[in-house]
Amino acid sequence: MTSSQKLVFQIRRDIVRMVHSNNSGHPGGSLGCTEFFVVLFFEIMKRKDEFEMNGFDEDLFFLSNGHISPVFYSTLARAGYFPIKELSTFRDIDSRLQGHPTTHEGLPGVRIASGSLGQGMSVAIGAALSKKMNGEKNIIYSLHGDGELQEGQNWEAIMYAAANKVDNLICTIDNNNKQIDGDLKEVLDLGNIESKFKSFGWLTINLENGNDLSQVKQALKHAKDKCFDGKPVVVIMKTVMGNGVDYMMGTHKWHGIAPNDQELEIALNQNPETLKDY
Amino acid sequence: MFGFKNYGNNDTRSGFGVGLVEAASKNKEIVALCADLTGSLKMNDFKNKYPNRFFQIGIAEANMIGIAAGMTIGKKIPYTGTFANFSTGRVYDQIRQSVAYSNKNVKICASHAGITLGEDGATHQILEDIGMMKMLPGMVVINPCDFNQTKAATIEISKYHGPVYLRFGRPKVPNFTPENQSFKIGKGIRLVEGSDVTIVCTGHLVWHAIESAVFLKNKGISAEVINIHTIKPLDEEIILKSLEKTGCVVSAEEHNTIGGLGESVASLIVKNKLAPMEFVGVNDQFGESGKPAELMKKYGLSTESIVDKCLKVLKRK
Repeated sequence: MTSSQKLVFQIRRDIVRMVHSNNSGHPGGSLGCTEFFVVLFFEIMKRKDEFEMNGFDEDLFFLSNGHISPVFYSTLARAGYFPIKELSTFRDIDSRLQGHPTTHEGLPGVRIASGSLGQGMSVAIGAALSKKMNGEKNIIYSLHGDGELQEGQNWEAIMYAAANKVDNLICTIDNNNKQIDGDLKEVLDLGNIESKFKSFGWLTINLENGNDLSQVKQALKHAKDKCFDGKPVVVIMKTVMGNGVDYMMGTHKWHGIAPNDQELEIALNQNPETLKDY
Repeated sequence: MFGFKNYGNNDTRSGFGVGLVEAASKNKEIVALCADLTGSLKMNDFKNKYPNRFFQIGIAEANMIGIAAGMTIGKKIPYTGTFANFSTGRVYDQIRQSVAYSNKNVKICASHAGITLGEDGATHQILEDIGMMKMLPGMVVINPCDFNQTKAATIEISKYHGPVYLRFGRPKVPNFTPENQSFKIGKGIRLVEGSDVTIVCTGHLVWHAIESAVFLKNKGISAEVINIHTIKPLDEEIILKSLEKTGCVVSAEEHNTIGGLGESVASLIVKNKLAPMEFVGVNDQFGESGKPAELMKKYGLSTESIVDKCLKVLKRK
């Protein structure tokens, strides 16, 4: 088993255990993006071990769909930004691991609060512009839900980034076609996401299976190669919500509810402990 | 006029424009963002002098606030510029999450605040912005009274780390505070010493408060005038100290009385020493089209209104 595969199993365990222990949180989207987080943080991003808010001379990541905080927190802890055992405080009172990510409690690895949807792309653009002004050759990465694109601020940001050639930016869209009230098509059909980004002037990359480690790596590497060429880059990443826990897969039911004791057991049986539970 | 002299009418937004250029000349991290109102915000000089530090965002205020928040990561000090209405109500959630809750060093600079925006009417005349901004934890709220003070505030906020809401206006009004004053965030200024009634005022109403004090003096009433340019954090000490002498207070502001400076002062009073209080402000109404001076008169934001409220509050002592 590769180290990335081990991480995927362990982070999935972290996600379901965190959500179970507090009986709240969002496992579906978190599980769907686990492979993306592992590849991005452990194979793609040029980042420093120590967290510093300004992040000079390193790549930065912004999570716009903040409700998938379990996968973000687990990844940050497993990457060494804060103690792994702190994952046990998820959503507890006095915890740095708030329901949605925030800088307010000073959790290392988080650079902006998110949760109220649609704001992350603007922030990522700002950080990208800052890097350009500072003469840094680093890349800003961000992740957004597909349903989140229903928020209008995204389209202001998408328009701005292309018009101003913000080409040190790679936004990834978690395209699982699900949102709280059901399928995207039923709630509010987004039409063709790729052609929309294209028509706004972005370079688009389709990632057919965002739950396949090698495909994710290939797509993100390709995206990196396309940076600094006058266009912002978007990776449209098809994922399966709840990936890795069979009864959670492919349904919006597990967007924001926690498994019970029995369901947890089943989930853990499907994902072996590879790096020690928190 | 208690030694105050109008050096010549000027607009507070121009004070912002001049202050921004001066602040930027001293600190290379300062950048400016504008949502298609560069001329109205008097940001042209900055744009011409520092083209690489100026960002035209277009008519997309939510995106502007988000970009500004992101720019602070990498140590930039962004000043955003648009009308007060589009600087606050339109982007409240963006400010709340990406700026205030995230404690980002963004300076939200808002022109055309209040009813003196004039002819454009109520869609553009925000009278609720102070309330919205002061409710955000950690947000500093500043509303200077004239050109010189707005310039000084614009420079000073660059030295303060944290989110700031800087509110100023459109019309040319008396410029009477010292040219190169030092501006202390959170420190009120006693402009006129008095012993019968305290007038706590902010923004365009400060000049009217001084005029009121002159009028009252001629009637044998001694009014103390305190310029509260920083509504949050409020200089509680200067207000309470004055109240010990006068025992009554009138607030004056170009804002809805709900949520404004007066409400902050009232809250201070009930928590300390009860005293009669009257409010000069817009009484839970939307504005309308008209000349700024006509509107100030119609909505009771005038020297006469302050005098009337002072006489009223004195009777309640």
